[in-house]
Amino acid sequence: MTIPQLLVHDRRDNVGVVVVEDLAAGTDMLAVVTEDNSDFRIAARQATPIGHKIALKDLAVGDTVIKYGEDIGKVVAPIAKGEHVHTHNLKTKRW
Amino acid sequence: MNLAERKIWGYRRENGRVGVRNYVAILPLDDISNAACEAVAAHIQGTIALPHAYGRLQFGEDLELHFRTMIGTGANPNVAACIVIGIEVGWTEKVVAGIAKTGKPVAGFSIEGNGDIATVAAASRKAKEFVHWASEKVREQCPITDVWVAAKCGESDTTTGLASCPTVGNMYDKLVPLGLYGCFGETSELTGAEHLAAARAVSPEIKEKFLKTWQSYQDDVIEAHKTSDLSDSQPTKGNIAGGLTTIEEKALGNLEKIGKKIKYIDVLEPAEAPARGNGLYFMDTSSAAAECCTLQAAAGYVVHIFPTGQGNVIGNPIMPVVKVTGNPRTVRLMGEHIDVDVSGIVRREMTIDQAGDVLIDMIEKTANGRLTAAEALGHREFVMTKLYRSA
Repeated sequence: MTIPQLLVHDRRDNVGVVVVEDLAAGTDMLAVVTEDNSDFRIAARQATPIGHKIALKDLAVGDTVIKYGEDIGKVVAPIAKGEHVHTHNLKTKRW
Repeated sequence: MNLAERKIWGYRRENGRVGVRNYVAILPLDDISNAACEAVAAHIQGTIALPHAYGRLQFGEDLELHFRTMIGTGANPNVAACIVIGIEVGWTEKVVAGIAKTGKPVAGFSIEGNGDIATVAAASRKAKEFVHWASEKVREQCPITDVWVAAKCGESDTTTGLASCPTVGNMYDKLVPLGLYGCFGETSELTGAEHLAAARAVSPEIKEKFLKTWQSYQDDVIEAHKTSDLSDSQPTKGNIAGGLTTIEEKALGNLEKIGKKIKYIDVLEPAEAPARGNGLYFMDTSSAAAECCTLQAAAGYVVHIFPTGQGNVIGNPIMPVVKVTGNPRTVRLMGEHIDVDVSGIVRREMTIDQAGDVLIDMIEKTANGRLTAAEALGHREFVMTKLYRSA
């Protein structure tokens, strides 16, 4: 099997995790859903470090980010599909 | 080989517990006895001093925790025999008496009225006796499930939840039903996944106990001491560099290490020894690695599994700490700290099930005497948990 660039925990998730180093902008990524080994392709909008998240769809301010099929926080700046998701656009709802 | 028949070579102690190391520990009751303990350990080969920062003027629950940690450390099956040195006779003898309940050789020395030099001389003579006694012990075959295995993750990143924590969870799912004692903690780092952690309790009673412990941490620690929120500490800067954004995301990854099937059967106080038989236990601990490991060792755990993402380098003086990572970058940059490389999981070259088997093999090797990366690199972090200021 080809080595995937992006892993997604759960089919309900709207973000995936970059699992290769030096991912370049525009890369046509192979994404694998670990829950059921299904796969799809998605383009990375920007260079994104290993371990960091990429949006699987367009997300608006106030949307809930889902990972492991669970709520991990709210969108605080608009995110386009394929874009880096981190502290600049995602925040916990707790604090 | 069938897992139920897997054996390791361990030290069967007087109380029936199995140790995988054979230390003669030189344990200071208090901070001012560190110098004497280190002098004994420098003098008598085959001993190990366990210096720490506390033990004076503590009171109430904090003092109880101090005694529990001291006694539990000396009582740990990886310790063959123990010397306790304290400034005063009273508290020193209390710790000696607690350790003596295991049946292992233990002796106490107090400095007041004697001075360091005479105390070190007397303790050195006794330590030498203990070293000869301990070094005559021979390993014997014991079921792998007699090795109490604790877990805690650190310098976590998103690969922790994808690979290294599920590897630990797979190991627990396989070994706990066969009779293993397991342990996870990190009360603060379950925040965000507390509902999922609560759902893994074996009964409504234990679930209630867990939620009470978690809530009390929120009220007594976070609410009482926070200046803004935990954003500067949870996730840590290292977690954020590794791609974790929120406490919820971190907690969900953390919880992967208790597997998919097993339930925890009790909620332990810090450093409390499990008392409900074999199974998985939750312990109320800090999420700081050295504090958590020290408490788990004091509860009697003899091997520790430490999943890491960005590369935590933690070790413990009496309990081997096995590092597991699924981050290929960490393997490349910090490989000398890693005992089990499961980065094949993120490349889809290795399944979680295969990784769990590799980890069980490493538990066996570690129990048989293989030094962990942390042991080879001299990591001996021994950090007492302090609940509040001393009197």
